[in-house]
Amino acid sequence: MENLKEELKGKIIEVLNLEDINIEDIKDTDPLFGDGLGLDSIDALELIVLMDKQYGIKLSDPKEGKTIFQNIETMAKYIADNRTK
Amino acid sequence: MKESYYISNSCVIKNQKVFKNETLVFESNEADFNAFAKATYKNLQLEYPKFFKMDGLSKLAFLASEFLLSDKNEADNIALLFANKSASLDTDLKHQESIQDKDNFFPSPAIFVYTLANICIGEVSIRHQLKSESAFFCSENYQTEFMLNYTNYLLQNQKADKVLCGWAEFLNDDYQAVFYLIEKQGTKEHTINEIENLFK
Repeated sequence: MENLKEELKGKIIEVLNLEDINIEDIKDTDPLFGDGLGLDSIDALELIVLMDKQYGIKLSDPKEGKTIFQNIETMAKYIADNRTK
Repeated sequence: MKESYYISNSCVIKNQKVFKNETLVFESNEADFNAFAKATYKNLQLEYPKFFKMDGLSKLAFLASEFLLSDKNEADNIALLFANKSASLDTDLKHQESIQDKDNFFPSPAIFVYTLANICIGEVSIRHQLKSESAFFCSENYQTEFMLNYTNYLLQNQKADKVLCGWAEFLNDDYQAVFYLIEKQGTKEHTINEIENLFK
């Protein structure tokens, strides 16, 4: 799980073009949206694509995203439980 | 009496160089546009992380505008009239690439939102909190006379206090921005000749 969290942080930084943010800057329980990393609605869509492309997880219900994308911890847990690749 | 308008400031970005009012203000060795844009952003000491999410065209228009609008007054009603040759083709091609293969079909929302040329006007408007008149025109070359007449119309009819006009062309890492601000004060008259001099 720790490896997955690190991998996820790296992919988020890369995919969302988070300049000047390093893996160490993202804490597992930091909120991804709002006060945390300050991601926006387009970033949320990009995370949905990332889940599909990297882990074979298709999120069809946008309401699910709110829970899954709370922080790295919740995202990694969901990926570990549901990944198909 | 007909009022006179002036080019108060100009900014040209091309060949890894930035000129403000025809004076070189920044130069970088970075041949790649994104690297050059980042170096220019750092040189301006900006703190605007959204810049790094923009496509090339928006970064170009954003930077050129930054040199001209950074000291604007909050109340200034500044219209934006931008133009280029290739619209958003550079980003359109990137988007098309991501949907080319039906077995590897992952269009990026972050790329897709830039598949319109006038998005760069939105980025500049958000940055400088402008809720003003705006238009984006596409043509082979800069339509100097048309842009001059449009600008004068906006100023004469109190649709704007100032007009930021700009040519922002970006395709395959080739780029050129020629931006200038028109207002009631300045040293250069707002004429076809003076505008064309900025492109030389």
